[in-house]
Amino acid sequence: MLGFLKKPVVVTAEINLSLVALTVVGLMSRLWGLSYPRAVVFDEVYYGQFVSLYMKRIFFVDDSGPPLGHMLLALGGYLGGFDGNFLWNRIGAEYSTNVPVCSLRFLPALAGALCIPLAYQILVELQFSHCAALGAALLILLENSLITQSRFMLLESILIFFILLAVLSYLKFYNLQRHSSFSGRWWFWLLLTGVACSCAVGVKYMGLFTYMLLLVIAGLHFWHMLGDQNLSNVSLVCHFLARGLTLLIIPVATYLSFFYVHLTLLYRSGPHDQIMTSAFQASLEGGLARITQGQPLEVAYGSQITLRNVLGKPMQCWLHSHTNTYPIRYENGRGSSHQQQVTCYPFKDVNNWWIVKDPGMQQLVVSNPPRPVRHGHIVQLVHGITTRYLNTHDVAAPLSPHSQEVSCYIDYNISMPAQNLWRVEIVNRESDTDVWKTILSEVRFVHVNTSAVLKLSGASLPEWGYRQLEVVGEKLSKGYHQSMVWNVEEHRYGKSQEQKEREVELHSPTRMDISKNLSFMAKFTELQWKILTLKNEDTEHKYSSSALDWITMDTNIAYWLHPTSGAQIHLLGNVCTWASANVAAVVYTCLSLWYLIRRRRKIYDIPEDAWQLWVSAGQICVGGWVVNYLPFFLMEKTLFLYHYLPALTFQILLIPIVLQHLSDHLCRSLLSKSMFSALTVAWFSSVCFAYRTFSPVTYGEPLSVAELKDLRWKDSWNILIRKQGH
Amino acid sequence: ALGLVTLLSFASRFHRLPEPPHVCWDETHFGKMGSYYINRTFFFDVHPPLGKMLIGLAGYLSGYDGTFPFQKPGDRYEQHNYMGMRGFCAFLGSCLVPFAYLTVLELSKSLPAALLTAFILIFDTGCITLSQYILLDPILMFFLMGAVLSMVKCNSCADRPFSASWWLWLSLTGVNLAGAMGVKFVGLFVVLLVGLNTIYDLWDLLGNLSLSLVSVKNLFMLRISLFLELCIGPGDGFFSSAFQSQLIGNNLHNVSIPEHLAYGSVVTMKNLRMAGGYLHSHWHLYPEGVGARQQQVTAYLHKDLNNLWIIKKHDSDIDLLDSSSPVEFVRHGDIIRLEHKETSRNLHSHQHEAPLTRKHFQVTGYGINGTGDSNDFWRIEVVGRRAGKLIKVLRSKIRLTHVATGCILGSSGKTLPKWGWEQVEVTCTPYVKETPNSLWNFEDHINPKLPNISLDVLKPSFVEILLESHMVMIRGNSGLKPKDNEVTSKPWHWPINYQGLRFSGVNETDYRVYLLGNPVVWWLNLFTIGLYLLIAISTAVVLKRGVQLTSEHKGELSRVVLCGGGQVALGWLLHYLPFFMMGRVLYFHHYFPAMLFSSMLTGKYWISLCCQTVSLLPSSGGSHVWWLGFYLFHPLSYGMIGPMASDPSSPMAGLRWMDSWEF
Repeated sequence: MLGFLKKPVVVTAEINLSLVALTVVGLMSRLWGLSYPRAVVFDEVYYGQFVSLYMKRIFFVDDSGPPLGHMLLALGGYLGGFDGNFLWNRIGAEYSTNVPVCSLRFLPALAGALCIPLAYQILVELQFSHCAALGAALLILLENSLITQSRFMLLESILIFFILLAVLSYLKFYNLQRHSSFSGRWWFWLLLTGVACSCAVGVKYMGLFTYMLLLVIAGLHFWHMLGDQNLSNVSLVCHFLARGLTLLIIPVATYLSFFYVHLTLLYRSGPHDQIMTSAFQASLEGGLARITQGQPLEVAYGSQITLRNVLGKPMQCWLHSHTNTYPIRYENGRGSSHQQQVTCYPFKDVNNWWIVKDPGMQQLVVSNPPRPVRHGHIVQLVHGITTRYLNTHDVAAPLSPHSQEVSCYIDYNISMPAQNLWRVEIVNRESDTDVWKTILSEVRFVHVNTSAVLKLSGASLPEWGYRQLEVVGEKLSKGYHQSMVWNVEEHRYGKSQEQKEREVELHSPTRMDISKNLSFMAKFTELQWKILTLKNEDTEHKYSSSALDWITMDTNIAYWLHPTSGAQIHLLGNVCTWASANVAAVVYTCLSLWYLIRRRRKIYDIPEDAWQLWVSAGQICVGGWVVNYLPFFLMEKTLFLYHYLPALTFQILLIPIVLQHLSDHLCRSLLSKSMFSALTVAWFSSVCFAYRTFSPVTYGEPLSVAELKDLRWKDSWNILIRKQGH
Repeated sequence: ALGLVTLLSFASRFHRLPEPPHVCWDETHFGKMGSYYINRTFFFDVHPPLGKMLIGLAGYLSGYDGTFPFQKPGDRYEQHNYMGMRGFCAFLGSCLVPFAYLTVLELSKSLPAALLTAFILIFDTGCITLSQYILLDPILMFFLMGAVLSMVKCNSCADRPFSASWWLWLSLTGVNLAGAMGVKFVGLFVVLLVGLNTIYDLWDLLGNLSLSLVSVKNLFMLRISLFLELCIGPGDGFFSSAFQSQLIGNNLHNVSIPEHLAYGSVVTMKNLRMAGGYLHSHWHLYPEGVGARQQQVTAYLHKDLNNLWIIKKHDSDIDLLDSSSPVEFVRHGDIIRLEHKETSRNLHSHQHEAPLTRKHFQVTGYGINGTGDSNDFWRIEVVGRRAGKLIKVLRSKIRLTHVATGCILGSSGKTLPKWGWEQVEVTCTPYVKETPNSLWNFEDHINPKLPNISLDVLKPSFVEILLESHMVMIRGNSGLKPKDNEVTSKPWHWPINYQGLRFSGVNETDYRVYLLGNPVVWWLNLFTIGLYLLIAISTAVVLKRGVQLTSEHKGELSRVVLCGGGQVALGWLLHYLPFFMMGRVLYFHHYFPAMLFSSMLTGKYWISLCCQTVSLLPSSGGSHVWWLGFYLFHPLSYGMIGPMASDPSSPMAGLRWMDSWEF
C-alpha cells in the first residue's frame, strides 16, 4: 500500500523520437492551410448536406453507407459551432462565414495524418526493421493522393485510419499471444481490433472486406493453435470464446450503437420520410407524427381511414377514388366495366378517405362503444366523398390484364352484381383475434367472392386516369409481397350520419389522442434494410473510372478549380510510389511461388523464421490489397479512383517489406548490399521528386499554363487548362 | 450389379417416353434449334452449339426431317418423328446412373455405397423427368458425370502413370470436359473441379521426393498440354458457328470495297465495343414521354437495310453521286451530316435526356428528305490522327462529335424496352472519354465512283471470332434478366425442393408433367450435406488435435470422409454456390448437376456410416423408402390427367406436402 514511501516514484518513458517526428511532419503535411480553398470541394457537396441535416437534427437516409462517417464529419461541424445553414448545391461555391471550414475538415485530416505512425507500427509489429518501418511511414507521408483525400470533408481517410488501426491492433494482439495470453494488454488489443473493425464498417461498407480478412487470418491462427499439443482443451475453448466475443459480438454491438446514436440525434422529419413506413414516419417529430398524433389506435366499424400501400415503390401512395369512370373501351380495344376508377394517388387528398362499414348494418358512424375490426372480419370499404363501395369483379384490369379490375361500384342495372365484401387479414398479427390497428397493422384485403387480393400493380395509368397508379385484384396471390399489403395512416372515428356533414368532417384535419413508438430494433432493421436495398439509378460521372484504370493510375479526379487563377486540386497519386507498389506486388508473388515450389522439393532457400515473416507480411499486405481491390470488378455501381486508396495503402506497405527481404536474403556479398542501398536511396529520392512535382495540384497552389501542361504526364489525365487570350 | 443397375435405369427412363405427344416446355427452343441444324439455317443462341448439334444429329439419324415448327409448348407432333431426339436424350440420361455407380465404387470401394447411389438416382423423379425430353440438361449431365468418372478412374491409376488405362482415362477426361463446356456454360464448373483436382494432384507429386524433378516436370507438361487440348475442345464445337458467321453473317468475306471514305458514300457504322451493333434507324418514333417524339435511332446487332447511312456535306445538298462532279474525300475534322438511307432523316441530337441513360442526350432521326437543322451536324474525327487526313474504311477508329452540344455519339449497351424492338440504346454522351462505347468504324462502303480494294487482309482471325461469339453469348445470357413481378426461382429453393417446374399442362384436363425431385431423396441429400459438414469439421479438428486413432479402420474412415467425400462435396459447392451470384433468370433445373453430386455424397456417406453398426440392413430399408417415394410421386414425371392436387378428390391430394408445389 504505502510502497511509494519506501521507494521513489520513478517514471521511465521510452519515446521513439523518429516516430514523434514522423507524426509531427505528417500532421503538418495534412493540416497545413486546411481552410484553403474556402469553397466546396468535390464530394463535400454530398457529405455537407448530411452534416447540415445533422446540425438541424433532421432525419435522412443515405444509401451510400452506414452513419458513423457522417456522424464524425458532423462532430467536426458541431465542435466548430456550425448551424447547418448553407446551401450545398454546387462544387466550387464559396463558403459563407458561418461555415467553420477548418473544423469540418479537421477530423479527416487528423485521421489521415495518424495513418503515418500506424504504418510505422504495423511494420514493426510484423517484425521488420526500424528502417523498413520508417520507409513505409515516409511512403505514406509522401503519397499525394492520400494527402488530397485527407484534406477535405471526405470519408476515405477515416476509413483507412480505422482499417490500419484494426490491422495494427490485431498484430499487437497476436504478438502478445505467445507469452501473455489473457493479460490486460492482450484483452485491450483484441477488443480494439473488434471495435476498429466495426468502426471501419460503420464508415463505409468497404470496411467489411478488411474485417473479413482479419476474421480469416484469426481463424487460420486459431487453426494453428489447435495443433499445439501443449494447450489443454479447456484453454482452447476459452481462446475460441474470447475471439468469438470480441471479433463477432462486440463489432455487431458497436455497429448497432452507431445506429442508436444516429436515430437519437435525428428526431425531426425531413426530405426522405416517404421512403420509410408510416410507423417509422410517425416516430419522427413533425411530418406525419403531427397528423397522426392523437389518432385512435383501433380501427372500428365506422372508422374513417386513409390506406397507404406498404411497398412505397415507385412512390408512396394512398388508395384513392374519384368520380371519373374507366373508359368503355381502352386504346387496345379491350372493354372495361365503365365503373368508377380506383387508383393509388401519391398525394394527400380528401378523396383518399375510406369508411369501414359492417356489411350487416347501414350506419357509417362509430357506435358507442366502438366495435373494433379484427383479423378475419368481413368489411365493406366505402369511399368517403362519393359513398360508393370498393368492388372487384372478373373484368381485366386496364394495364395488367391478368388481374382483376378494381372499381367503386355503380349500379348500371345490367347483369353485373356488386361484389364488395372484403376479408381483412392482418399480416403481422400475433394471434388470430388481433385488432386492426392504425399505422402498426399491415393488412391484406382478400375479396370474398373471387379471393383476389387488393394490390398496387405499380403501372401508371394513361391520361384518362390522370397518370395515377393502377390498383388491381391479384388472383394468383402466392406468398407475401409488399405491394399487396396496406396500412391505415390517418384515422378518426366517423361521427356524422349525413353525407354533407361527413364531407365537412372529411375535409377537417384529424385530431385525437394516442402516441406510437417503435422499438429501436424495429427502427434499425427498417433503416438498415432501406439503406441496403435503396438503389440510386446507375449514374455516370465525368470522372468515374473502371477498376482496371486504377493500377496504372490512368485516371484522375479534378476536385476543385480556382475561378480565376490556374490553381486547382486533383486527386492524383505519386506516380513513383504507385509504380513501385505494383512492382513490389509482382515481385512478392513471384518470389513466394518460387519459394513455395522449392520448399515442396525440400529445398530451403531462406531460414524458417524468415519464411514465416515473409508469409505473415504477405497475408496482411497482399491480402489487404486483394480484398480491397478485386471486389470492385464485380460491382455495378459508379466507381471512382478514390475507391482504390485503401487497397493502395496496403500495397505501399508491401514495398519496404520486399526491399528489406531482397537486401537481407538475396544480396549476399557486402558489395551488392551497398549497391542495393544506393539504389534504394536513388529510388527514394525519385519518390520525393515526384511528390514535389505534384504537390501544387495536391495543395492547390496557383500554376501557369505551361507548368500545368508539364504536369500532364499521361494523356488520359484530365488537367484543366484554361484557354488563353480571349 | 452394374448390369442390373443399368437395366433398371434404362427401363425407368424409357418408360412411356413418347408421352405426351406434344411439345413440352423448353423443347420448343432446343427442338427448334435441332431443326435449324438439319435445315442448315443460321441462328443465334445463348448456349454453345454442341448440345444442339447433337440433338440435330440424333433427329437426322432417326429420320426427322426438320419440318416441325416447334412454335409453342403444347403443339402436337402429329406425324413428325420426335422419338429419335427424345430417345437420344433419354439414353444419355440413363447413362448417368451407371456412371454414378462406377464413380462411387471407385471412390469408396464399397459395393453397397455404389448401389445406394444408383438407386437414389434411379428413383429420383426429377432426374427421370429431365431425361425424358429434348433438353440440353441430359447431354450436359452426361458429359459432366463422364468427366468426373474418368477423373476418378485416372486418379486411381496414378500409381502407374503412362500405362494404357491411365492414358485412356486422362484423354477421356479431356474429351468429356470439352463436351460439357460445349453444351452449356455451366460446364465451366466441372472444368474448375477437375482443374482444382489436377493442381492438388500435381502439388502432391511435387512433394514426393522419390520422383525426380524431371519426371514431375514431364507429368506437369503432360497435364498442361491436356488442359490446352481441352481448351481447344470447346473451340471445335464453336467452329460451326464461327464458320457460319463468316460465310453467311459476314459481308466482309471475299468482298472488296473502296478504301477511303468520300462524300456521297453509303456506309454502315459498327460500334467498337465487343459485340456492339450497327447504327440503325427505322420509321418508328420514340414513344410519348421519352424525350422528343422523333424517329428512333438504335444499335442493331444484325445486318439490315436500315443500317445504311449516306454521308453528306453539312452545308450543301447537291447530289454527290452525279457522275460529273469530282470525288471529294471526307477528311479528319470535317463537319458532316449522316442521312438515313431508307427514311431520309438526318442523324440528330439535342438536349433531351436519352431514354435509358438519363445523363446522356437523346439521338434521333430528324428532318424531311435530308433537310433538318443545325443539330444534325457532326464532326468526324479519327482517333490519334491529325487534321486533314483521309478516313479509311474498317481501319480507322471514328469518333463523331455533335457540333452544337459537344457530346459524342455512343452506344450505351443497354437494351431498349419493347417500343424499341429490344435493340440497343444509342446516346450522345457529354462525358468526353475514350471508350470503345463511343468509337465506331465504317464497315460496308458503297461508292460506285471509287475503285475497290480487296479486304482479305482484314478478315478477323478465328480467335477473334471465337472471343466475340462468346461475348455475344455471355451478354445474351446475362441479358435474361427477370422482368418485374415475374416469379422466379431462387437458389435457396432448390435443395429443399421448394418448388417444381411445370413441364406441360396447366388445367385439370391436360396431360400434366411436373418436374419435382423425389422429396424423400432430396431431403435426405440435404440432411446428409449438413451431417457431412459437421462430421468433416469435427474429424478435421480431432485430427489436428493429434488424437491418435486406434484402429486402422478409423484412419481409413477419416481418409474417406476428408478426401473422397471432399471431392464430391466440392463438386456440389462448385455447381451450386455460383448461382447465388448470377443476375439472370434462374430455373429449378439448374440445380440438377449439383444434385448428382449430393446424391453421390449421400450414397457414399451413409454406407460408410452404417458399416460401423449394422451391415446391409439400412441400405435395403433405405431403398424401400425411396421406392415408396418414387411410387408415390411417379405420376409427376410420367404424366397425369385429372383434377389438380389442390382439389381434395385428386389422387395426388395427399401428396401436396408443401404448399408451393403446383401439380
